Amino acid sequence: MLKELDPVAAPAIATSDIAPADAAAEVQEYLARQNSKDLLRFITCGSVDDGKSTLIGRLLYDCKCLFEDQLASLETDSGRFGTTGAGQLDLALLVDGLAAEREQGITIDVAYRFFTTERRKFIVADTPGHEQYTRNMVTGASTADAAVLLVDARKGVLTQTRRHSTIVSLLGVRHVVLAVNKMDAVGWDRETFERIAADYRVFAARIGITDVTCIPVSALTGDNVTKPSDSMAWYGGPTLLGHLESVDAAAERKLGSFRMAVQWVNRPNQDFRGFSGTVVGGAVRVGDDVAILPGGRTSRVARLVTMDGDLETAEPGQAVTLVLADEVDASRGDMIVAAAGRPEVADQFAAHVVWMDEQPLLPGRSYLLRAGTATVGAQVTELKHSINVNTQEHAAAKHLDLNDVGFCNLALDRPIPFDAYADSRETGSFILIDRLTNATAGCGMIRFPLRRASNIHRHATKVDKAARAGDLQKPCVLWFTGLSGSGKSSVADRLEQELHRLGRRTMILDGDNVRHGLNRDLGFTDEDRVENIRRVAEVSKLMVEAGLIVLVSFISPFREERRMARTLVEDGEFLEIFMDTPLEVCEARDPKGLYRKARAGQLPHFTGIDSAYEPPEAPEITLKGGEHGTDEMVAQVIEELRRRGVI
Amino acid sequence: MLLDPLLDPHPAAKDRSGAATGSPGSVPASEDSLPAILTTPARLTHLQRLEAESIHIMREVAAQFQKPVMLYSVGKDSSVLLHLAMKAFHPSKPPFPLLHVDTTWKFREMIEFRDRTAQELGIDLMVHINRDGVRQGIGPFTHGSAVHTDVMKTQGLKQALDAHGFDAAFGGARRDEEKSRAKERIFSFRTASHRWEPKNQRPELWSLYNGRINKGESIRVFPLSNWTELDIWQYIHQENIPVVPLYFAKPRPVVERDGTLIMVDDDRLPLKPGETPEMAWVRFRTLGCYPLTGAVRSTAATLPEIIREMLLSTSSERQGRVIDQDAAASMEAKKQEGYF
Repeated sequence: MLKELDPVAAPAIATSDIAPADAAAEVQEYLARQNSKDLLRFITCGSVDDGKSTLIGRLLYDCKCLFEDQLASLETDSGRFGTTGAGQLDLALLVDGLAAEREQGITIDVAYRFFTTERRKFIVADTPGHEQYTRNMVTGASTADAAVLLVDARKGVLTQTRRHSTIVSLLGVRHVVLAVNKMDAVGWDRETFERIAADYRVFAARIGITDVTCIPVSALTGDNVTKPSDSMAWYGGPTLLGHLESVDAAAERKLGSFRMAVQWVNRPNQDFRGFSGTVVGGAVRVGDDVAILPGGRTSRVARLVTMDGDLETAEPGQAVTLVLADEVDASRGDMIVAAAGRPEVADQFAAHVVWMDEQPLLPGRSYLLRAGTATVGAQVTELKHSINVNTQEHAAAKHLDLNDVGFCNLALDRPIPFDAYADSRETGSFILIDRLTNATAGCGMIRFPLRRASNIHRHATKVDKAARAGDLQKPCVLWFTGLSGSGKSSVADRLEQELHRLGRRTMILDGDNVRHGLNRDLGFTDEDRVENIRRVAEVSKLMVEAGLIVLVSFISPFREERRMARTLVEDGEFLEIFMDTPLEVCEARDPKGLYRKARAGQLPHFTGIDSAYEPPEAPEITLKGGEHGTDEMVAQVIEELRRRGVI
Repeated sequence: MLLDPLLDPHPAAKDRSGAATGSPGSVPASEDSLPAILTTPARLTHLQRLEAESIHIMREVAAQFQKPVMLYSVGKDSSVLLHLAMKAFHPSKPPFPLLHVDTTWKFREMIEFRDRTAQELGIDLMVHINRDGVRQGIGPFTHGSAVHTDVMKTQGLKQALDAHGFDAAFGGARRDEEKSRAKERIFSFRTASHRWEPKNQRPELWSLYNGRINKGESIRVFPLSNWTELDIWQYIHQENIPVVPLYFAKPRPVVERDGTLIMVDDDRLPLKPGETPEMAWVRFRTLGCYPLTGAVRSTAATLPEIIREMLLSTSSERQGRVIDQDAAASMEAKKQEGYF
């Protein structure tokens, strides 16, 4: 069996006794033909029950992309794990490569497979169908030009099909094929197929998928997969493979202007400085005027350097090193763009977000956002609605759980250049990274920039915080964190008295007190706790600017929010004070009777009982509440404040 | 010589000059006659796309990590990987060293080729040998292929990565090689103990690679993920990339064992009763430790002949690897333990 059955080339080079010179010529010609083929990346979606893996197995098998040793091991495996019955090859086992997948008979993660026909090269991403692995399907869809959705002819369009279609549409996959599989099981019935196809077209149009092709197939028998079906003579359309060979792969995105995110500054010596990156959007030529964003400086392209020699033009998809005519500064995270066709530059935008982490997305929490080569701090400022991927209904949401989809406003630490995702996948997409675990926690597709930030300008005042504080003190935040009953409020209260006695200007922000006023509208869910701390952090920042020593006494259980509060003020102005009092001691004290209620189940989300407390990793001051008295601890803080020159 | 067996010594150069004069989409030479400027067709070829993707990945690693290293196994995939690295950072040298984990049982020609290549390209080459394993006398004949590979290769690799504190390591693995590889990300996360967790891989979207790690953790990077065996040979041919001569057929001394042809590369191969090495025309489709790598009978002594032979082959390239045939899903288990 040939690895690759190329009807034109194979017979010519199969003759083993041709002279070496002919062999070289034949191979040259063959390779030239290979190299002129283009590439289509597509995903397959559906569950094992729909015969998805069987379909890919069938494509590989029929395209002669399997070797004898692979077939032999497939025969062995079919006997051990197969579900197609004795003596039958279970083609699904070709793609389910992980031990857990073979044992459970499901697809968990994306598998990439490669095959070639006479007309085209293909990369198939076989994606899982189960809702719990949606994030893995999204991974496969992000780079796909086309999607093959499988439905079982006996069942028709199900919830799962609608979910996959929604994700395919969100990720901007342009061409959708509905493969109505298992036609053999419905007696090759035309009406069944046409009813399912009509159903699906109505649904697809509703969610904005315009290019739909429906094909009746049987992956088991191979009908209409690679060869036309005799059993379905009533069907006049292309086979699945025939259609995939003709889909327009050069996905003409709307963006036609040059973009290049700077990946790496290439500086081998004093005389050469180039900016390495991959061209997207439109071509770039030597002599083109370009702008460097977000800064906005402009220059001209002097050279397009590659190891094979300088280029005059670089096309989208090419990796080059660009040399500019002027000594302008650019670094990783900047984007070099056509001066005449620039992207948006903003620090706020609206986007669809797919959440991929076990820890829910909480509005107000700070994440890292990667877009192109830029990495910036970002938070969701408003979760407008979540989208039920099964019913496509919009619903109000306070957070996004694993595999949820939402439409959100995001705010960044600084402006970045971007395009709408609909215009450009490369410059309209981003991922969100958890700051503590570094996990890729979510991904997003940008819809449009928000202008509100650009119309609010900061007003520089003449009297600043140093002037307001005078020689009296160095303004700062003393942030007390610890369990309920750990002694935060008592120590803060006594400390303020002591500072007052020493003639310093102070203010106390106490959790309970603030919740009676400013934060009256907030409860105790994780998302409300995040917002609670965000507001208090902003207020404490204003008070530092007023020149005060601000004592904040909040449980503040999450590291991430305390980190965020720290970043609002300048270095050295934030002292984290950890009330390290053991839970047993706090619970024994129980000054407000809250632990008793929580243990009785009357107080949900109580920190230390059924809601986590994340202790600080490097607090400026640690107070052992279980071992020392209040006066002792106050003295410890005062000493530290003197040492740091705060007082 | 053997590295350039083609009748046409510079096929790539010829293709380019052809494009510059005639093909559609090319720009006619201007009258101010600029120095040799290349033109690019508006639609990139399949290999140009693969090349650009690999270069993009390598630059991301160089920019995102403190201390990357390129695992260099001396095989054809390593040759392509190294060639791409030279392209990715030109005119700079690649900003990372090469690391070869030497099991002490590699073919002698591989070692010669390795040292010559590093010297010619002017790249730092580090060679690591698991000295504990050598002291214990670990070898494929005394301990079997599984123990030998685990101690000398997997454990040796972990020792080297830990000793130098490398936070990212490039490998030349491709997704078309094996089923568990087909599932692996391009940036493949490893815990502080080098474990791969196949059921909990980081989502990897678009061309946004998340290289953020905590102290002690690392990433294995596979820039050739989307290449196939044919792409590799086609690229070697197009770019004129030197590869180890063992890929080309010539008469070599071999013994046949359990259906596998083992080359007698030195006098450490214990001959069984009745075994006599015979000279046979053979070549290798894949290279590793010589006692664990099966040769194939072949007369393909040039690149076009190798490519032609591959197109007609009925078995996959890993078939010649003794270690892959140990157990079903054995690669997944080995990868979890830290194998590349």
